[in-house]
Amino acid sequence: MIEKRKSWMSLLATSNQSDLLNLWEQKKIKVNYVWLRTPEIGSIMAQGRMGVTGDKFNIGEVTITRCSLKLNCGTIGHSYVQGRSKKKAEISALCDALMQTKMSKEINKNIIIPLGKIKKDNKDKILSKAEATKVDFFTLVRGESD
Amino acid sequence: MYVAVKGGEVAIDNAHSWMSEIRRGDTSIPNITLDQISEQLTLGVDRVMSEGSLYDKDLAALAIKQSRGDLIEAIFLLRAYRTTLTRFSYSKPVNTANMTCLRRISATFKDIPGGQKLGPTFDYTHRLLDFKLLAENEAPISPTKKYNDNKMPHVLSFLNQEDLMQNEKDNNLDPIDITREPISYPTSRSARLQALSRGDEGFLLGLAYSTQRGYARNHAFVGELRIGIVDIELHIPELDFEINVAEIILTECETVNQFQGSKIEPPQFTRGYGLVFGQTERKALAMALIDRALRWKELGEDYSGVPAQDEEFVISHCDNIQATGFLEHIKLPHYVDFQSELELIRKIRADAKVNMKR
Repeated sequence: MIEKRKSWMSLLATSNQSDLLNLWEQKKIKVNYVWLRTPEIGSIMAQGRMGVTGDKFNIGEVTITRCSLKLNCGTIGHSYVQGRSKKKAEISALCDALMQTKMSKEINKNIIIPLGKIKKDNKDKILSKAEATKVDFFTLVRGESD
Repeated sequence: MYVAVKGGEVAIDNAHSWMSEIRRGDTSIPNITLDQISEQLTLGVDRVMSEGSLYDKDLAALAIKQSRGDLIEAIFLLRAYRTTLTRFSYSKPVNTANMTCLRRISATFKDIPGGQKLGPTFDYTHRLLDFKLLAENEAPISPTKKYNDNKMPHVLSFLNQEDLMQNEKDNNLDPIDITREPISYPTSRSARLQALSRGDEGFLLGLAYSTQRGYARNHAFVGELRIGIVDIELHIPELDFEINVAEIILTECETVNQFQGSKIEPPQFTRGYGLVFGQTERKALAMALIDRALRWKELGEDYSGVPAQDEEFVISHCDNIQATGFLEHIKLPHYVDFQSELELIRKIRADAKVNMKR
């Protein structure tokens, strides 16, 4: 369960805002909830490692929006999403909550799986374009061989 | 007596109004949109994010538009905005070995697992103006090729195996955060790397060039340069587990430098390291060269008194916002300061004339 939840929360967090909004609005899901924490825009400090494997250092900040809410049934949803869209944070927290209810099948089918596909397609596109720029070396033999 | 001078409000308002009008330019030409900036001036956006030290493409595009394309002004705007944000927490260190690489090259080894991938680069172009871009043209659809395995281990890890390369150990030290505490000297490599990663590209380029020309004896090879998308992992306190909270583009550069060895260590290769937001390879390369030059003390090398080895000189001058703030403030009114200078020089001259007559 935790692994699955990590996976959908990650997908929601890194999704393109307009992709998520489109998928959500297409389904016209009506759901009642109360805020536990209204959407808040902030940042996190991204860290790297010196020379890939060494000690940590700070690279710079990334904008993040977070919120928490509770459905009428009592299920709690959280979101931490990339960017400054309060709407994206709200929908993500709603999806997180609904994925823990009996509506999970519907949300998974109509939102989580399509988001996963968009992400996979984007990654495939980058990797296959990069592959096309891979260098094939060949050696020129000069002079006469003995 | 001190006389305060006031005034200029109307002049300032009108100056800003004119600046806004000029920023818009000829209104018969369509207004530039933020999407256009973030999609078509990508590398400018990346520079503003890296030196503004805030990864947010929309805000960087807005800053570029607002600043009329003055990138240092845009960086200033982003830095100022950054200070208004609540800091939620720190990410886990990024794992660049898992990067989805757009580009990955090595100048030290030809045949490397995963191969040399040039990516969307200006390298090998002839730097001739492309007049075809004058006409509105459709973008070409670039070729794709089936890939099997996208594993790309770091090239320098192979030198590690033979112990030919200095191993970069994780000593579990907490890094300094220069946005939270002022830098004091001597400082640590973590503070230097943070300062360099958001430092001015032009300043770092010039300094890195100075090391190549002999002002710090470091001949660098580019062991590896990679650009791509990495996940930013964050611990969620409410749930006590980690999620990928963001995906960002990073440029990473590892240089290989000779090291003569010291009393306690045999000769070995050492590393310079650059890691920067966005597609910013000139900057990442420069950062790696300067990082290596600044490591002289830790590696027991001689200090030859050159700028690139002087951490206080490098770190306290590489920030373009500090630099431009101090430089540009001298154009603001200094009437009273100058008045005192004027009176002083008059008095000295008068005294000098009396003395000369004697």
